[in-house]
Amino acid sequence: MKEIVNVETTLRVPKWTLKKRKTNFSISNLFLYTSTVIVLFIIACAIFPKWIAPFSPTYMNAEDILSKPSANHWFGTDYFGRDVFSLVIYGSQDSLIIGVTSVLIGGIIGGSIGALAGYIGGFVDVILMRVIDILMTIPGILLALAIAAALGPSLFNIVLAVAASAIPGYARVMRGQMMSIKKRKFVAASCSIGTPSWRIFLWHILPNSWSPLLVLGTIGLGTSILIGSGLSFLGLGTIKEIPDWGALLSQGRGYLTVAWWISTFPGLAITLFVLSINIIGDKLRDSFDPKTR
Amino acid sequence: MALANKILLKISSALVSIFGSLILVFFIIYLLPGDPVLSMLDPSTATAETVANLRKELGLDQPIYIQFADYFLNVLHGDFGQSIINSEPVLPKVLEHFPATLALTLTSAIFSIVIGLLFGVLSAIYRNKWIDFIARLIGLFGISMPTFWSGILLILIFSVFLNWFPAMGSDGWKTLVLPSLSLGFVGAGLIIRMVKTSMLEVVNEQFIVTLRAKGLSERVIMYQHALRNALIPAITIIGINIGELMAGTVVIETVFSRQGVGRIVADAIMAKDLPVIQGVVFFSAIVYVIVNLLVDLSYSLIDPRVRRSDQR
Repeated sequence: MKEIVNVETTLRVPKWTLKKRKTNFSISNLFLYTSTVIVLFIIACAIFPKWIAPFSPTYMNAEDILSKPSANHWFGTDYFGRDVFSLVIYGSQDSLIIGVTSVLIGGIIGGSIGALAGYIGGFVDVILMRVIDILMTIPGILLALAIAAALGPSLFNIVLAVAASAIPGYARVMRGQMMSIKKRKFVAASCSIGTPSWRIFLWHILPNSWSPLLVLGTIGLGTSILIGSGLSFLGLGTIKEIPDWGALLSQGRGYLTVAWWISTFPGLAITLFVLSINIIGDKLRDSFDPKTR
Repeated sequence: MALANKILLKISSALVSIFGSLILVFFIIYLLPGDPVLSMLDPSTATAETVANLRKELGLDQPIYIQFADYFLNVLHGDFGQSIINSEPVLPKVLEHFPATLALTLTSAIFSIVIGLLFGVLSAIYRNKWIDFIARLIGLFGISMPTFWSGILLILIFSVFLNWFPAMGSDGWKTLVLPSLSLGFVGAGLIIRMVKTSMLEVVNEQFIVTLRAKGLSERVIMYQHALRNALIPAITIIGINIGELMAGTVVIETVFSRQGVGRIVADAIMAKDLPVIQGVVFFSAIVYVIVNLLVDLSYSLIDPRVRRSDQR
């Protein structure tokens, strides 16, 4: 398969665009490996924070307030004398939960809507896509913000709000996939030997249509984490003992002039995490879509 | 004539979108868990009388279709609802703060378009060279950095340590620099990636091969032919991006303590002032739809193919 695609591109692409392809290969792979390690490390932090964090996130040392990053406190301490490194490690839990569950919920709901609309078509398609169009008239962040503000501060409500803002994207992609695969010859062949349409849908169309959804989901994971932490930065998250990254960053904002480290490190954690996810997502997209290779 | 029809059709579909977002915004209040009135008030101070008053004020004692009709008529009369805290009407307040937000949105849009186009084009032309590498990094960081963090980093570097720009406030152009940079960076990231992908797609098309066969210089092919064709998806992303930029001002105006529409939302969130949030979200949706309508119409200016298909 791979060779066929390559032959095709060498025929069409003039040589100068292909000339230096190999030199960059190692660097981009290095990025990919680093990203994978970062993502795995953050997942490990979320699952086993106790083993990785040097201090308890609730432990307050009154004699060690707002101290600079040092060998003892890698990311310094905050105004309660809590260890920022440990807080960041524990904070990964909420960010990961928000990202993964909202992508799952948004992907399943959006994917189902798109699949129904694209497969059944006609009236169902018109109605469902109108609903999606309405959802799309409000920018994702604002929609999530309005929903989260209405539902009240809680982790699950943030998940719902972020998921709702992601639904239109999945629905549109899935609908497009359905419509193109529906017209392929193997579907017509299956139809002609009398396969019931639900069976064609489950066995032939669905397995062939989900790969763009997977790519979109990976990139969407990063967006969800950004929106989720933005909402909790604005004070829409849960108020609890261990803040998530967005809330921690927001708390440190009042101490920027005296303690830059409280806000800087949680933000760095968000950025590194989302960056790694995006690098992996790009790679996934490239491998599914030969055009961008 | 056909062109006028097309434009009318696009305008009417924009109106439908605005009506759709009105429905959406209207129903947000029904998302409140349990009784919306009770959850908006502080349970410790609310008496039965204040609850009944607020219910009447919001019109929640009416059947739902009457409520929606009322809401719709009010919006047509320019009444976007009022604050439950101080009964201030939303629309005049939003309009008063809109210029500051618009200025921020526009400067960040310009910044993101300039950086985005420049690096997007360069990275497509010098593919896999160091400039492509830098563009790719900017693109990746742009879409991966939360604005509230890049804003804080800019404050730390340029206000706290270097003292070049003020960290907060909304008077004068100097206060606009850091927020625009931080907001525009996101857009720049998106545009770089979009322009690069569409440039690379265009470069593979037959007409480029023809141009090359004709012996045109690489510079003319790239800047006059490939770029113009690659601009179309880029403009779409810019249109969507302006909506996202406006939404992003909520966060950025909080970070930089600027007065603006976004700040009204942020304050309303703190005060649980849902009618204000509804009003501002609806207002932003209108702006978003209008911007996308303009983008849609501008296609025909840039792309003769669209223009010709319009006239058919």
